[in-house]
Amino acid sequence: MSTDTKEHITKENLTEQERQYILLTQNGIPIIEKPYHAIAEQMNLSVEQVLTLTKSMQERGIIRRIAAVPNHYKLGYQFNGMTVWDIDDEHAEKFGDAVGQLPFVSHCYLRPRFLPEWNYNLFAMVHGKTQEEITQYRGQIKELLKEILVTRNNDSSQNSITKNNDMLTSTAILKKTGLRLKK
Amino acid sequence: MDKSSISKRRKCQTVELSPLEKSLINLLQHGLPVCERPFAQIAEEVSSTEEEVIACLNNLRSEEVLTRFGPMFDAASLGGAFTLAALSVPEEDFDFVTEQVNSFDQIAHNYRRDHDYNMWFVIATESAEEIEQVVQAIENKTGLKVLNVPKLKEFYVCLYLPV
Repeated sequence: MSTDTKEHITKENLTEQERQYILLTQNGIPIIEKPYHAIAEQMNLSVEQVLTLTKSMQERGIIRRIAAVPNHYKLGYQFNGMTVWDIDDEHAEKFGDAVGQLPFVSHCYLRPRFLPEWNYNLFAMVHGKTQEEITQYRGQIKELLKEILVTRNNDSSQNSITKNNDMLTSTAILKKTGLRLKK
Repeated sequence: MDKSSISKRRKCQTVELSPLEKSLINLLQHGLPVCERPFAQIAEEVSSTEEEVIACLNNLRSEEVLTRFGPMFDAASLGGAFTLAALSVPEEDFDFVTEQVNSFDQIAHNYRRDHDYNMWFVIATESAEEIEQVVQAIENKTGLKVLNVPKLKEFYVCLYLPV
């Protein structure tokens, strides 16, 4: 799915109803027979109106999907790696798109480089049940990107860059809080 | 691995799941249909009953196998500004710097990673200007240079963790 064709949604161009809907559901919806009835009641709307609103927010890209978010760890996905890549800027968007399509990738972004300290412009987070599994995923991404990985010569600069990819595994969660719409 | 991360991992032990739980987790990562009785429709797909599906999902939710159930919102539509940032922290100062960085309300997530840049955190603020202020404040407080790498482009992902 391409988001390029969609209008750019910000907090400022939400309708009052959409804003209210987000505030009511951002901590989740009740798991009951008729969850949208509960929302309708609180918003003073009919169920039909809430269903229409939900679908329109999906079409506008405000809601990505209505889904269950599992705890990676409890499902046995104990390992995650932040893979980082130094790829040609010219081809970065096309290849970034392809990396995002891989089922084991949870986040995929282009970010700025800060040479010479940081030469990686593509970030892709991978998840797996073993260290071997995430190492193999890194290999799959490398295969996909092999044509556009940048080779930087060891020039005279003090911090010469010799690698064009890496994987940073997390060894501890130091803080984790959710992102919320403020009233 | 240090002691605190071992105890964290124990708290995140893998759980045993029933066949129904597995089917529901697999199916509902892709999304819930938008209709009056979504769980009745899901029940048909997993050859169960609406009542059983609801009980099972509420149980998974209370055991925190599911951390969230509901609409996934695009972060930009919730307003505010975000960036990913990193520090290269000397090992002996790590706990102290963790405290310093976590003391900012604007730090949403913070992870230790095995790299010269060993601390990676998300800064979430009301405005772009506030991001700059927080970066500056962290540099002043820690005496370390922040690597600030905001997203330039986000790619659509199709994460699927089958069980």
